[in-house]
Amino acid sequence: MDAGNDWAAAFFGLYNYWIVVVLMMVGFYIVIAHGNLIKKIIGLTIFQTSVFIYYISMGNVDGGTAPILADNISQYSNPLPHVLILTAIVVGIATTALGLALAIRIKESYGTIEEEIIQGMDNPG
Amino acid sequence: MIAHLPILQVIVPLIAAPLCLILRRAHLVWLFALFASGIAFLTSILLLQQVMDTGTIVYELGGWEAPWGIEYRIDKLNAFLLLIITMISTVVLMAAKKGIEKEISSEKHTLFYVLYLLSLTGMLGIVATGDAFNVFVFLEISSLSAYALIALGNDRRALWAAYQYLIMGTIGATFILIGIGMMYQMTGTLNMEDLSRRLPEISQTRTVFAAFAFVIVGICLKLALFPLHLWLPNAYSYAPSIVTAFFAATATKVAIYLLIRFTFSVFGLTFSFTTLPLQTLFIVLGLLGIFVASTTAIYQQNVKRLFAYSSIAQIGYMIVGFSISSVTGLTATLLHVFNHALMKSALFLALGAVMYRVGSVDLKHFHGLGRQMPLTMAAIVVGGLSLIGVPLTVGFVSKWYLLLALIEQGWWPVAVLVLLGSLLAIIYVWRIVEAAYFKPPLANTGDIKEAPLQYLIPIWILILANIYFGIDTRLTVSVAQAASQSLFGVGL
Amino acid sequence: MNLSLELMLQLTIILPLVMTLVIVAVGHRPNVREGVTIATSLALLYLVINLYQGLTSGETIEVFWWELLPALQVSFTIEPLGMLFALIASFLWLITTVYSIGYMRSHHEENQTRFYACFAIAIGAVMGIAFADNLFTLFIFYEILTLSTYPLVTHAGTEQAKKGGRVYLGILLSTSIVFFLLAIIITWIISGTLQFTPGGVFDENVNTTLVGAILVLFVFGIGKAGIMPFHRWLPAAMVAPTPVSALLHAVAVVKAGVFTILKVVVYIFGIDLLAVLPTTQFLLYLAGASILLASLVAMRQDNLKARLAYSTISQLGYITLGALLASPAAVIGSSMHIATHAFGKITLFFCAGAIFVSAHKTKISEMRGLGRQMPITMAAFFIASLSIIGVPPTGGTWSKWFLLLGTLETEQWVLMIVLLMSSLLNIAYLLPISVNAFFPNFLPGKEQDSNRLLANTQIKEAPLPSLIALCITALACVILFIYPQHLYQLSASILDISGMLYGK
Repeated sequence: MDAGNDWAAAFFGLYNYWIVVVLMMVGFYIVIAHGNLIKKIIGLTIFQTSVFIYYISMGNVDGGTAPILADNISQYSNPLPHVLILTAIVVGIATTALGLALAIRIKESYGTIEEEIIQGMDNPG
Repeated sequence: MIAHLPILQVIVPLIAAPLCLILRRAHLVWLFALFASGIAFLTSILLLQQVMDTGTIVYELGGWEAPWGIEYRIDKLNAFLLLIITMISTVVLMAAKKGIEKEISSEKHTLFYVLYLLSLTGMLGIVATGDAFNVFVFLEISSLSAYALIALGNDRRALWAAYQYLIMGTIGATFILIGIGMMYQMTGTLNMEDLSRRLPEISQTRTVFAAFAFVIVGICLKLALFPLHLWLPNAYSYAPSIVTAFFAATATKVAIYLLIRFTFSVFGLTFSFTTLPLQTLFIVLGLLGIFVASTTAIYQQNVKRLFAYSSIAQIGYMIVGFSISSVTGLTATLLHVFNHALMKSALFLALGAVMYRVGSVDLKHFHGLGRQMPLTMAAIVVGGLSLIGVPLTVGFVSKWYLLLALIEQGWWPVAVLVLLGSLLAIIYVWRIVEAAYFKPPLANTGDIKEAPLQYLIPIWILILANIYFGIDTRLTVSVAQAASQSLFGVGL
Repeated sequence: MNLSLELMLQLTIILPLVMTLVIVAVGHRPNVREGVTIATSLALLYLVINLYQGLTSGETIEVFWWELLPALQVSFTIEPLGMLFALIASFLWLITTVYSIGYMRSHHEENQTRFYACFAIAIGAVMGIAFADNLFTLFIFYEILTLSTYPLVTHAGTEQAKKGGRVYLGILLSTSIVFFLLAIIITWIISGTLQFTPGGVFDENVNTTLVGAILVLFVFGIGKAGIMPFHRWLPAAMVAPTPVSALLHAVAVVKAGVFTILKVVVYIFGIDLLAVLPTTQFLLYLAGASILLASLVAMRQDNLKARLAYSTISQLGYITLGALLASPAAVIGSSMHIATHAFGKITLFFCAGAIFVSAHKTKISEMRGLGRQMPITMAAFFIASLSIIGVPPTGGTWSKWFLLLGTLETEQWVLMIVLLMSSLLNIAYLLPISVNAFFPNFLPGKEQDSNRLLANTQIKEAPLPSLIALCITALACVILFIYPQHLYQLSASILDISGMLYGK
């Protein structure tokens, strides 16, 4: 019974990390498994987002509120990871934008955004 | 002014980049970018001098004390790296005007310089900063501009190469981000100095192991360590020649720096090398990289691609030296970082000159170039000899130290394998020599002239540096040795 | 001119290298170019002779250039063995230059400027090897020599030349990088110095197994010494023009190899240590096998230059064997053999080149009766053959005598028999060439070959410069027999310096 509780506590107590891991793997899988360039970028974004969630949930303090200075609040969430992740989000957007721009240029010059076809066009035979 | 050198190092190219957009005229922009890079070069010389004289420089950004603020921490290791990066960037920029003339369409010339300077900023930032998260930010600045620079190539395959690099690079960077997050979660700090003090206390937790694994794998992706090198050959072969010359000499070096910084300074020697089987793993991967990549290089028809594979092999040497985890081994790696930067930038610039005159870098277009472009080809021969490690070139110096380090540890088989690996370099270099000097020129290429001076001067500056630093090794050896000693905490 | 000896020592290395630039600069005017080459070789010979006098008057001449890596210096000094090598090389360079003017011009070779330029670099490198004060300096010039002779080997630019060049560079660079460099580094780590020290650098209680392994690495690593199985580069290098084969592949390059081995044996290991190493015996037999096998292969070669090349491999084996025997007489024999073989073999190559230029023949079977048309050449060939075989009245007698004495001293009976058998083989593959040339019907052979040749009266003697050159070297073979004192004293003083007195 104890063992079962521990397991449950490990599972539900750390639910935010489970979400992160699942999202991360989903994103990673999409990047690897899909040949469509746009889908790859979607996967990449999910992958990155999972890390954002990881950072944000890490900064949360049980019972803490938003880190705003006020008289009756003594416990804040850690604001630093949130600030960090703002930067990371900006970087993520830039990456996505650049990736999409490249996909457009690839479509223009190859006429397709399927990985296999592109590779076949460059290495005939 | 002197007190603010660490930040000037990074901020000068960062401010120069958008200013390029204001200047607009490509010629002016080129001069301006060259000027900015030159200033950065001077700064790095001053910094190195200062560090060698007075020891580590700590600079607090905005006066905020670490660990609250971000600090730049310049010790011998990063001063050395800053010097390498800015030196190569400046010399390569000298050739850039001619270099991009035929390889990048003219309306994008200004943008090229903007991206180039941003990429430079990113690399300098990675090296200068003492804050783990800051590393990630600068890494992305340099990587994003790198993807765009590679995509500037005329060949449509450049787009595909850039896209592949983007996917791989982003995964690598995100891995590093995860690792940094875990470290922060465990220690509550992002300052490297702080991290190195707090991590040992909790070094046996699974989270720290995971953090280490994520950071190392992420860096190895950036490093193109075998077998995570798949993005590199395409990216180097289809990027504009100038871009290849710049990245081949600097980008992977910055990743090597990160690897050293994280394993030696942040996680600490004991954790990285005794708790984990990193040593065996890296030795094996390094040697595999040397052999597989060199062998692949032998079979390449595109010379740019050939040297790209050779770069992967050379990274193998650096990794072998790194994984010895002795002062001499690390000295060898640092020397090779410097020396390989000199060789590869010279070689890729020379290939750029061939591209400029011949329009192709296929091996078959090298036929007869020994007569048509004697100076360029002579540069390739000398660069190639340096790659092989012939005495009186820089390649010999780093090889000597690597062997010394290996034999000091009694790793005979590895020493022999490293030597055998350099035989493969003879084969791929000689394929080019034979094509250039013993094959008659192709029928329809009668009017190929020697490369323009704007190419020849930077190429020969680098080639002469290859020879000079192969003969007068005082500067490089003493700095590399001092840097590696300080990382091991001896002789301080 | 009143130059200090130190300056002269540096000039021997710098002068040829600087003159390379001059040769390239005046390359479009053949007469000036060749004048420059001859003047340089004369000046070099003058310098070396002066240095020799300095050495015999007992002065120590040392030059330090710079420190390449901490504690690894590029520095030079003069000692008897290096002096001997430098004397031979500089003298024969002069002769070869005279010879090649005749050869290259009458053969209308292309790229003659490149030829003379690379030749000068090679000689500069040889001087660097001869006067090197430590293994590190020697290694640097050893590699320069390899690289500078590569364009000479591939001079013709044909597919065959390219293949030959590949083998040449491949074997020489590979062995030097994998074995030689490794041996040098290990030596450095064990002993802490690479300085050539009389009596060796290893201390007495060193691990003999390890040092024995280093010796093997050295002998294999010095590929220029042509010890089997790393000998293939020498026959491959025969695609080069004959003057290259003559000077470089009978004298400069191969002798640089055996010279390095001698130097390593005497000044790095020390003769005493060598005698107790477990691997010495194995290497001795390897050298013996190399001598016999190469002689046997030489007998089967119909191409004259190929036969001479294999003969060289066999003779190099003599020198290596002598060095490894670790006895005073053998070391003297080895160093004398460097000289006597040099003169003998270069004459043979000069003759081969002369025959090629005048009669356009490369096959031995086509040379019957050639003595009528080219009497001087074939006479010189005969004398040089005698020297290689080692019979009076030629210099080869002495060196072989001392080598045999060395095998007796060390009671290496098997090796003594090897040396004797090999001399018999030498007779079998060298003498018939000149005998057939003068007496086409004396030895049995195909009749029609000789008749055809006799009918061909077009063939004249070789060009005059070539003829002069080969006469001088043939004469030198005889002189070395009559006046061997200087050579002997120089060779014997190697032992004096290394602290062993011979004959006491």
